Amino acid sequence: MKALMLRTIWPSLVALVLLGLWQAWAVMAEVPSYLVPSPWLIAQTLVKDWALLSGALLVTIKITVLAFGCAVLLGTLMAFAFVQSRWIEAAFFPYAVLLQVTPIVAIAPLIIIWVKDPTASLVVCATLVALFPIISNTTIGLRSVNPGLAAYFQLQGATRWQTLLRLRIPSALPYFFAGLRIAGGLALIGAVVAEFVAGTGGTGTGLAYQILQSGYQLDIPRLFAALVLISLTGVAVFAALAALSRWVLGGWHESEMSPP
Amino acid sequence: MSVPAIDIQAVEQVYPNGVRALQPVSLTVQQGEFITLLGPSGCGKSTLLKMIAGLLKPTAGHIHLSGHPLSFVFQDATLMPWADVRTNVRLPLDLAGVPRAQAQAQVDQALQLVGLSGFASQRPRELSGGMQMRVSIARGLVTQPRLLLMDEPFGALDEITRNRLDADLLALWRQQGLSVVFVTHSITEAVFLSTRVIVMGARPGRIVADVHIAQPWPRDDAYRTSPDFNAHVRQLQDALQQASEPMRDPVGART
Repeated sequence: MKALMLRTIWPSLVALVLLGLWQAWAVMAEVPSYLVPSPWLIAQTLVKDWALLSGALLVTIKITVLAFGCAVLLGTLMAFAFVQSRWIEAAFFPYAVLLQVTPIVAIAPLIIIWVKDPTASLVVCATLVALFPIISNTTIGLRSVNPGLAAYFQLQGATRWQTLLRLRIPSALPYFFAGLRIAGGLALIGAVVAEFVAGTGGTGTGLAYQILQSGYQLDIPRLFAALVLISLTGVAVFAALAALSRWVLGGWHESEMSPP
Repeated sequence: MSVPAIDIQAVEQVYPNGVRALQPVSLTVQQGEFITLLGPSGCGKSTLLKMIAGLLKPTAGHIHLSGHPLSFVFQDATLMPWADVRTNVRLPLDLAGVPRAQAQAQVDQALQLVGLSGFASQRPRELSGGMQMRVSIARGLVTQPRLLLMDEPFGALDEITRNRLDADLLALWRQQGLSVVFVTHSITEAVFLSTRVIVMGARPGRIVADVHIAQPWPRDDAYRTSPDFNAHVRQLQDALQQASEPMRDPVGART
C-alpha cells in the first residue's frame, strides 16, 4: 500500500504542480497559443478534436501492437536459432546488430516503396526497430542457465527438448520480459517515426500524420494534443508489460519481488 | 560375498592442460556402506565423486557400479527457483517419464522422509538454506536410489543446521539401506557419519588412508563428545597431517 502510494501519489503531485505552473505562466505572460498552448487549451482541443484524434490514435496503436507482436515472434524464434549452435549465432548475429544500428528513418522510405500496403509497410518499419532487444535479451536469457542445474539435468539424462522446456525457457523469462519492456516502447517509437516518413507521402492517418498536419496548419494546440496521446500510449504500453512481467515472475524472481 | 556397490580400479584423472587431478586410485565400496571422502581442497575428492557419477570421464581405469539407480546431491541445493518444492522434488521422475499419479505418491513419501511434508507448495526462496538442502535430498531420494553420492552437501550451512542434517541423513541411511559416498572437508562430520573414511591428500590427489569407524549405533549427540569420537578425530587429523608436505609447516609454529 505504501509502495503504491509512493509510485502513484508522488508522480501525480509533481505532474499537477508542473501543469499548474505551466498554466499560470501561459496565462500571465500571455504566451501566444501558436507558440506554447496552455494545458487547459490542450485539454479542450483534445475534447474538441477527439473524433479526428481518436481515429489517429487507433491507427498508431494498431501499428504498434502489430509490430510488437511481430518483433516478439521473430525475435524469439531467432534467439532460439542462435542458442542452437554457436555457428548460427556467429553467422547471423552481426546482421542483427546491423539492423539495430541502421537508423530507421534512413531505410523507411525504401520499405514504404517496396511494401505496397501502407499499414504493412509501417508495421515492417516498427518491427525492425523493436526487434533487437528481444533477440539480444532472449538469447542471453536462454544461455543464462544455472550451471549446477544444467549439470543435474545432464546427470538425469534429460533430452535436449526436456532441457529446453524445463530449464532454458524458464531461466530465460526474466531476461525476455526485460526485453519486452524495451521493445514495447521501441515499437511505438518505430510506428511514429515510420508514420512521419510515410506521412509526407500522404499515406498515413496516425498520430504522427496529425502532428505533421497540425504543424503545417500552425494548429499548435492540436499538435500538443496528439503529442500527449503518444506519450500516454507509451506509458500505457510500459505499464501493461510491467504488470505482465510482475504477474509471471512475481512468485520467484528477484526483480519482481516486493522489498521486505 | 555380495557384489560391491562401487568397484574402482586404477582410475586417474589428468586434465587437458596436463594437471594431474588424481593419481591412479582403487577403491571398493560394499553395499550399505557409508563412505566419506575426506581431504583438503585440490585432493581430487570431488573429481573422484564426479567420475563415479559419470559426470566426468576417467583418463584411465575402470569404475563398475552395481548400485543403480544412483542419485547425486550437489553442494548447492540447485533447485528450480520458479517451481514449488513439489515440482522440484518430482523433477527426476518427470524427466524419466513416470506417470504423474505415481510420481506424486513418491514425492509425498520423499518429502515426508526429510520432514518437509507441510512445505510442498512453497517456492525455494521462501525456505532457509537448510530446508533447501532437505528439498535437494528429497529430490535425490525420490527415485529410490541404491546409491547416494553427495558432494559437500552441507558445506554452506551453519554448524547447528549441519549437525542436525547430519543426524537426519544418518537416520535415513539406516532406514533405507543405501550405500552413500559423501565428500567433505570436515573431520568431525566424517567421523560422525561414516562407517569408513577415505583420507585423501592433495597435489597430486591420492588416497593416503582408509579408516574404518566401527562405532556403536545409533549415533547421537552424545557420540560427538565421546572418547571414541575424539580418538578417531585425532587419527584422521594425523593422517591428513602426514599427507601434507612437511615444508608447509613453518619452523617454530608448534610453540
